[in-house]
Amino acid sequence: MAVDVTIRYFASLRDRAGINDEQVRTGAADLAALYAERDGSLGLGWPREHLRVSVNGAFADWARVPAAGDEIVFIPPVSGG
Amino acid sequence: MSVAMAIKPSLDAGPGRRLPAGSGFALSEVVIDPAALRAAMADPCAGAFITFEGWVRNHHDGRAVAGLRYESYAALANNEGTAILAEAMARFDLLAVHCVHRVGELAVGELAVWVGVSACHRDGAFDACRFVIDEVKARVPVWKYEHYVEGDGGWLHPGPGQGCCAPALPKPG
Repeated sequence: MAVDVTIRYFASLRDRAGINDEQVRTGAADLAALYAERDGSLGLGWPREHLRVSVNGAFADWARVPAAGDEIVFIPPVSGG
Repeated sequence: MSVAMAIKPSLDAGPGRRLPAGSGFALSEVVIDPAALRAAMADPCAGAFITFEGWVRNHHDGRAVAGLRYESYAALANNEGTAILAEAMARFDLLAVHCVHRVGELAVGELAVWVGVSACHRDGAFDACRFVIDEVKARVPVWKYEHYVEGDGGWLHPGPGQGCCAPALPKPG
């Protein structure tokens, strides 16, 4: 069943996506499939193995199923400090 | 860009993991004042106070750096930063632990990140300070965009197989 989620983009992923965020209706089986979907549409370019994923402000497993209203962020390698 | 209000420590480290007074993680859009942070951690029980300051350096990977911009995903950064401090409290014998990370535009020499740890004795404080800065660098979603003296710039995304930077754009077509 398709659900509506918000996806936000940061750092080089935002530059590649060309947008800060988007509302997406997705039937993706899990977050890995959602990333593949968005990579296909936006040309995000990162192999998923180099990213982490966050749902509603907490790190999540790629096997998690997107739920209606989720805020999802694909997290490229961090460089703070 | 999404950032938290300046110097507003998050004390909620999750169920059963409330941090002690004087502790907290924060993102700051304004210059970090180490003297004020130090004063806020004053504690007559403390026999040791250890700090780490990360400064913006003028070079990286052979290139001259003019300045940088830090961007963060604030919701996750605050959650993950607070979790790191709670882990430090659990692992080491501390009185309090505090961390502030800058976001926005920074000049060479500016304070980028500050960690302060108070403890009855120095051993735990030294170890905890190192633990916190290492974990913050590894886990907290803050990204650095370097401005080079030559006028160009780029995001730093360290990691296996990626070198320091974002993947090259695919060839057109």
